[in-house]
Amino acid sequence: MRLLNLFKIATKAIILNKTRTLLTMLGIIIGVASVIAMLAIGEGSKESIRTSISAMGSNMITIKPGADDKGAVRGSGGDVQTLTLQNYEVIKEKADLLSYITPVVNGSGQIINGSNNWPSSIYGVNPEYLDIKVVGLQSGSMFTDAEVKSASKVVVIGQTVVDNIFPNGEDPIGKMIRFNNIPFKVIGVLEEKGENTFGQDQDDVVIAPYTTVQKRILAIDHLNQIIASSISEDEAPEAVTQVIEILRTEHKLLANQADDFTVKSMEELISTFSSTSEMLTILLVAVASISLLIGGIGIMNIMYVSVKERTKEIGLRMAVGAKGADILMQFLIEAILISITGGVLGVLLGLGSTVFIEKFLNWPTSVALYSIIISFAVCAVTGIFFGWYPAKKAAALDPITALRYE
Amino acid sequence: MKKEIIKIQDLKREFTMGTETVHALRGISFSIKEGEFVTIMGSSGSGKSTMLNILGCLDQPTSGTYEIDGVKMKDLSRNQLATIRNEKIGFIFQSYNLLARTSALENVELPLLYNSKVSTEERKERAIKALEMVGLADRMYHTPSELSGGQQQRVAIARSLVNNPVMILADEATGNLDTRTSYEIMSLFQDLNKKGITITFVTHEPDIATFSNRTIVLKDGNIIKDYINENIQSAANELAKLPKQDD
Repeated sequence: MRLLNLFKIATKAIILNKTRTLLTMLGIIIGVASVIAMLAIGEGSKESIRTSISAMGSNMITIKPGADDKGAVRGSGGDVQTLTLQNYEVIKEKADLLSYITPVVNGSGQIINGSNNWPSSIYGVNPEYLDIKVVGLQSGSMFTDAEVKSASKVVVIGQTVVDNIFPNGEDPIGKMIRFNNIPFKVIGVLEEKGENTFGQDQDDVVIAPYTTVQKRILAIDHLNQIIASSISEDEAPEAVTQVIEILRTEHKLLANQADDFTVKSMEELISTFSSTSEMLTILLVAVASISLLIGGIGIMNIMYVSVKERTKEIGLRMAVGAKGADILMQFLIEAILISITGGVLGVLLGLGSTVFIEKFLNWPTSVALYSIIISFAVCAVTGIFFGWYPAKKAAALDPITALRYE
Repeated sequence: MKKEIIKIQDLKREFTMGTETVHALRGISFSIKEGEFVTIMGSSGSGKSTMLNILGCLDQPTSGTYEIDGVKMKDLSRNQLATIRNEKIGFIFQSYNLLARTSALENVELPLLYNSKVSTEERKERAIKALEMVGLADRMYHTPSELSGGQQQRVAIARSLVNNPVMILADEATGNLDTRTSYEIMSLFQDLNKKGITITFVTHEPDIATFSNRTIVLKDGNIIKDYINENIQSAANELAKLPKQDD
């Protein structure tokens, strides 16, 4: 009953000072709106990194020779020859958490078609490569297992390669091209994928049966890496463990010996990049929080002025029977109402500007529910925190002095 | 024998100003009975305001006893004092002290807002009744800026009546008003007094004292006179005697 009356008194004071209240709220509104918008931008970029990495095959697992964490001077992974075709076959046979697996050998060289040439990389793989990389064919077909077995000189090329060695727009399917002077028949063109998150052109690629690349181009027996995909994204960490166990047995490593290979899932990569964008989000939110803090100080300032301005009114209220606690509550409720109303308006403005950013600036955004809850809670706390001091001051006024105040 | 509403005995109030002690009240004793209309007179510095603050439970005496309606005013907390002010005293100030931009009705309701025993409906009902008593029933929804000084003071009087106090305490209630309006207000006070309401009126104007039935004169913190007014003037008659206004 009493609280309801105080609530009425506080609302009345707010309504009587519309402009001032609105200006006070502005700080909170901008603060909350920017926290929400900043978090939405942060979350949005995190999500877009995740999707673009997922597009590269989020359940992809990479097995490379050589340990990743050796302290000594290391050569590039390719120099270590601990990964063999036999390893590949054993993993393929034993690892039941993998759905696709392919050996990878790669080298770089010049691709030539008539008078056009282009430096590119060639990847020797098996047909499952397409499933692992989640990429389709734009035209033609992928080479078959039989062509792998027979080490056929066939290639599937990416769009960048097509653009550079077939500049006149002719159909590359069925054409003969040369890679490091070895003739290959183009049997397919890969779907365009564009650049990946790291700015690498995913279409600047030539793929051929790994047998062909091993024997005819690189003349090696070992593999540069093995890539596979786990049956699902969730299964990826377990699949990694499984592969590590199989390879340790295969490589006859003792318990005290470190791995001489590295197995990594895409998930780890995602988390690395997510943490980067998380840092960015924290930074953005820190900036936004400062504006929220300034909004809070604005409330304190106005409440302080309000208490001064209404000293006589406070004296009167006390004379007719208001207790210190009544005055305290009145001003506290006022401060909380201002900050909460500001909070609501801020949330709306934040959501609005998020839509604006998404639509007109084409930035990826994603509004997280927690950002709304947090900024709202911060608002209420701000109201209490910054309203407390002026309210306390009002409540501590001596009724005689307050009544005589001019 | 009528009930004693105010009982004051050897009341002293001292203020310490730096190293000096100011004796605002130097041992005052008197009592006010139910239904009395008392004016407390005195020039400035006589201890009038200090007396008023103590009577209004806004301040506590340094020594001596003060009893209002049987409650001893000694060592009470701020909150307890607030409750007594809310339930037993009606304040009227020289400068009305109405809440700006707030209707007369809401201004009158104010003391009841701090009394949780009074419901919203009862509050409004009592406020309307108080406004009717001061003859402002038709101005209920006007804000102070839409009312004349005399009307504003009437609203303030209604506000002091709304909590059914045992005593109305007026502080120079006619100080801001012209003679005609002052007499109107004094006539209203006399009417209220006839209805049995106890009034203590602090003033420095001798003619106001002629409308009350008892006058206490303070000087330098002591009572120098305390007399029953044998010849009470009627404010209504005085009002009639004033030259007619042309407008």
